[in-house]
Amino acid sequence: MAAISRDEVANLARLARITMSDAELDHLAGEMDVILGAVARVQEVAGADVPATSHPLAVNNVSREDVVTPSLTPAETLSGAPASEDQRFKVPQILGEE
Amino acid sequence: MSLNYDQAIEKYEPTLGLEVHVELNTKSKMFCGCATEFGAQPNTQTCPVCLGLPGALPVVNKKAIESSILIGLALNCSIAPFSRFARKNYFYPDMPKNFQTSQYDEPICVNGFLDVEIEADDGMKSFRIEIERVHMEEDTGKSLHVGGSTGRIHGAEYSLLDYNRAGIPLVEIVTKIVPNTGKYAPQVARAYVAALRDILRSLNVSDVKMEQGSLRCDVNLSLSKIGSGKLGTRSETKNVNSLRSVERAAAGEVIRQANRLEAGERIVQETRHFLEESGQTRPGRSKEQAEDYRYFPEPDLVPVAPDAKWIEELRKTLPEKPAARRKRLQTAWSVPDKEMAAMVNAELLDTVEETVKLGADPTKARSWWLGEVSRVANDRGVLPTELISVKDIAQVIALIASGELTDKLARQVVEGVIAGEGSPSDVISKRGLKVVSDDSALMKAIEDAIAAQPDTAERVRGGNIPAAGALIGAVMKATGGQADAAKVRELLLKHLGQ
Repeated sequence: MAAISRDEVANLARLARITMSDAELDHLAGEMDVILGAVARVQEVAGADVPATSHPLAVNNVSREDVVTPSLTPAETLSGAPASEDQRFKVPQILGEE
Repeated sequence: MSLNYDQAIEKYEPTLGLEVHVELNTKSKMFCGCATEFGAQPNTQTCPVCLGLPGALPVVNKKAIESSILIGLALNCSIAPFSRFARKNYFYPDMPKNFQTSQYDEPICVNGFLDVEIEADDGMKSFRIEIERVHMEEDTGKSLHVGGSTGRIHGAEYSLLDYNRAGIPLVEIVTKIVPNTGKYAPQVARAYVAALRDILRSLNVSDVKMEQGSLRCDVNLSLSKIGSGKLGTRSETKNVNSLRSVERAAAGEVIRQANRLEAGERIVQETRHFLEESGQTRPGRSKEQAEDYRYFPEPDLVPVAPDAKWIEELRKTLPEKPAARRKRLQTAWSVPDKEMAAMVNAELLDTVEETVKLGADPTKARSWWLGEVSRVANDRGVLPTELISVKDIAQVIALIASGELTDKLARQVVEGVIAGEGSPSDVISKRGLKVVSDDSALMKAIEDAIAAQPDTAERVRGGNIPAAGALIGAVMKATGGQADAAKVRELLLKHLGQ
């Protein structure tokens, strides 16, 4: 059985607001299935004695004191923005949502 | 025929769920050192971390963790020995990272409760609101929709984003479902948010200003037909921004849902927006399923694992619970329930307590702050403490107690202080507001009054005590109201052999 279905890939594309053709979906569903299959093999290798982890280092409680440090200037902040207006990032309209 | 609230509640039982978002009052953001000042110029409080630029690494703010643990402790929660951050993925430009760093299945605090009281038909009634979880996350940026006529997204041509708020520490407090509130559901919802706000304020972890958005409430509500035993589909009313609106939003949803159900329609699980003007809600985005957020553990942050010692140190710093403090003060000051509620609602409890600490009688302190001073403050739309200081009110009360001011003169003194004429002593000397307490001066005025009204004086001598009123009035007039009426009465009656 496939690790990810074509419908699931279509749903992901919808969530990511990416329009995909049927041919692209067919192609990507297959590719993603191969990738997930490879990851599944890694899971097989990990024995019951290896706990799941979200971080490569066994470290907890890394924090910083509540101290303000300088921010970027607005010009620096907006330097990578494709468009800006009134010192704000300008983005396309968001359709059909609130 | 549409049902009103009372008719709706006869047929349907509401079930509540409340989600409250609190912006913490840390100086810096949750995962970076950017400032968190409210109202700053757009995009002046941003950096590579909160903008989600490639390679930037977040580091969690220790004070934010401590504030979250304090909130959990104050809400009787268990503090998780191991807790993790997760990415909540969504494609919406209010977060520049395309995800919000939040907590998912491993929140910092779980399983608490908060008891709230409401005024029911037959006296005060208590409800226990169970808390499911308290988790840490970050606030989103602010969107400004440009074009179109309504300022809403629909019809907007484009949106402008300010990321100053993106990354400000946010704590979400989620209740379990709150059953069996019956017709009191809206009041319970309001009382819960009010009690929660009091606790957060007492902990000094947030500004808790609903109108500025540092405390926001989502009201979830569903109806089930009485006797059916089945929970209905819920709606989620977003960002209700005042206590009154919490109550109105809940009541409005009861009516809306009941009427839909009566008409044979079904309730759609959706997000709704509260409309301040009408007290109704309108539909918003249909709710994305939780799994659509594709939560996964945040690989850039290490787990938070508070040890028992840290938790106990924080527990020691917990202040007295607001509800307990209220009960203690109410007993100590012998305040009736209604007056106590008025003082709490007017947010004058701290002020009255400070005044009492300076030696004032609690009843007098309460009546000055809630009466005269609040009246002027309401007229001018300012806070009572912006008009006059606790110290000045305490001094005025002390002067009345020592007989140096009458109530009437005291009102003039307070009026003078509010008008900016200086301290109570300044006003007294400038306006010449001294009680005439000199017996010989009073006797002179009394004798003059008797001489002017010999018939009245004769009647008093003959035992008609109430007739003395006219003579007392004449003396008060002669002394410009600066005599103590009780003292005048005493001297007058004595003089006339009564």
